[in-house]
Amino acid sequence: MIARRTLLKFAAIVALMLVAPSSGNPDGPVRTVATFSILGDMASRIGGQRVAITTLVGPNGDAHVYRPTPTDARAVSEAQILVVNGLDFEGWLDRLIQASDFAGVRVVATAGVEPMGVEDGDGDGHDGHGHGAFDPHAWQSLRHAVVYVDNITTALAKADPDNARTFYRNRDAYVAEIEALDADIRGMFADLPAGSRTIVTSHDAFQYFGHDYGLTFIAPQGLSTESEASAKDVARLIELIRSQGIRAVFLENVADPRLLKRIADETGVMIGGTLYPGALSDPDGPAPTYLDMMRHNARTLARALSP
Amino acid sequence: MWEAAVQPFADFGFMRRALLGCVAVSVGATPMGVFLMLRRMSLTGDAMAHAILPGAAVGYLVAGLSLGAMTIGGLLAGMTVALLAGFVTRATALREDASLAAFYLISLAAGVLIVSIRGSNVDLMHVLFGTVLALDDAALMLLCSIASLSVLTLAVLFRPLVLECADPQFLRSVSRLSAVTHFTFLALVVLNLVGGFHALGTLMAVGIMILPAAAARFWAAHVGGLMAVAIVVAMISSVSGLLLSYHFSLPSGPAIILVAGLVYGMSLALGPVGGLAARVVLHHRFET
Repeated sequence: MIARRTLLKFAAIVALMLVAPSSGNPDGPVRTVATFSILGDMASRIGGQRVAITTLVGPNGDAHVYRPTPTDARAVSEAQILVVNGLDFEGWLDRLIQASDFAGVRVVATAGVEPMGVEDGDGDGHDGHGHGAFDPHAWQSLRHAVVYVDNITTALAKADPDNARTFYRNRDAYVAEIEALDADIRGMFADLPAGSRTIVTSHDAFQYFGHDYGLTFIAPQGLSTESEASAKDVARLIELIRSQGIRAVFLENVADPRLLKRIADETGVMIGGTLYPGALSDPDGPAPTYLDMMRHNARTLARALSP
Repeated sequence: MWEAAVQPFADFGFMRRALLGCVAVSVGATPMGVFLMLRRMSLTGDAMAHAILPGAAVGYLVAGLSLGAMTIGGLLAGMTVALLAGFVTRATALREDASLAAFYLISLAAGVLIVSIRGSNVDLMHVLFGTVLALDDAALMLLCSIASLSVLTLAVLFRPLVLECADPQFLRSVSRLSAVTHFTFLALVVLNLVGGFHALGTLMAVGIMILPAAAARFWAAHVGGLMAVAIVVAMISSVSGLLLSYHFSLPSGPAIILVAGLVYGMSLALGPVGGLAARVVLHHRFET
């Protein structure tokens, strides 16, 4: 008897658990899922206390190689709003949406952004990425970030009209900060001579940033985490650095720091610090929020380039 | 032709360093391979390389990317496995291959466990598998020191070592040096593997140790000749491998080992001492 009663109780609890999330509390915060940390940060700036945010690819995660987990599928299925970058950045997204019976609103943050084409300078310089025809890293431009913010604000205001005024107020304050930072960064790079505006990076993610501030980013082919470097790759990079007068090299994804040091010793080039192309750092790192990330990247680059 | 062979080394410091590192490894590690082969212990090299890996990994986790910590860690792990395996072989009924396999597997599993628990962000395998293109001064010093020490020790221990290869029972009966010789030799093998893993990565280090020795077997019949041929084969493989890596954009470590493999294949077919062609000729002579 006791066993049966326990079983019944258990069944009731399970049933409640199944029902509870989908019952939806109209007064609760807007359940929002962001695909990666930058979008999550933006949504929390706009929504404040009025949104409950789940970020699928967390700080320091790589959205390129992310594999969705069952927990993620559950978060998506319960979400009212799903904020995605678009431009084929989240290749795994469609399957996740199908698998999780997502019934909310999908916000494409890059809607309205004028995308830049994928520059394939070396033919196969950007291998293993699987992006479409456009460079998806549009958040690397603060001008485009305003578009991101507007798209997210509109969606939040629709989902929770009672708090729309709060969202728009937050949005205005946030955009003011973004524009102030944009002006700051412009100042950092304004006085650089034309000859020292070229940087070697491993991750081809700074096209938008370079376009905004007049910098050229070169991503050498061949050097990546997946494969062992060949002597030709290393020699080509050294020649590139010598011939273009490149002053700084940022190669986060060449995992072997010994190889980087060797290249630096041989060319006299500076190995810059760490850039954050597509993910925020931990809360105590140098780039816990989107604005911190952009400021950190700009300062790191400016320090490496300034004479 | 000449330009293609010399220009890369003239233009780039990293190529010259890679060359020096490979020469050092060739001189130090290849004679070890010859003795391993003569003692039918060629697979021991591979087992020892796996035994070293966890030690180096622990060294890395404790002290970061420090040449010293990773060398000491690798040495400790390798020597522990070698000593335990040697002790078990001499004291119990278990044969050397089984005891060595047991200990290196335990060591490997422990290493993988420790690395996983610490969950480092950096891809540890990339750190552990050094590349010959990134040799700094300290790594070169280490490689050259290990090569020098190996050659000197071999010179001192040459006779007992050869005896132990030919007739270990005899050496054991006439001299107490047998055990000393055996363990010193194993220590040298471990030392060279540790050096090689800084230069080429662990698995590649075994390749440059064993393949030239196996190739030399088809060209020379005496120990001295074997070592000379093996060292020359190792050096040729190193230079050709580096040049192939430079001109055809191939990863350097595998390129070097594959050239050594190619030399081995050619020796196997054409070598005058017990090679396939020689056997065929011999066969014909007996028939006619």
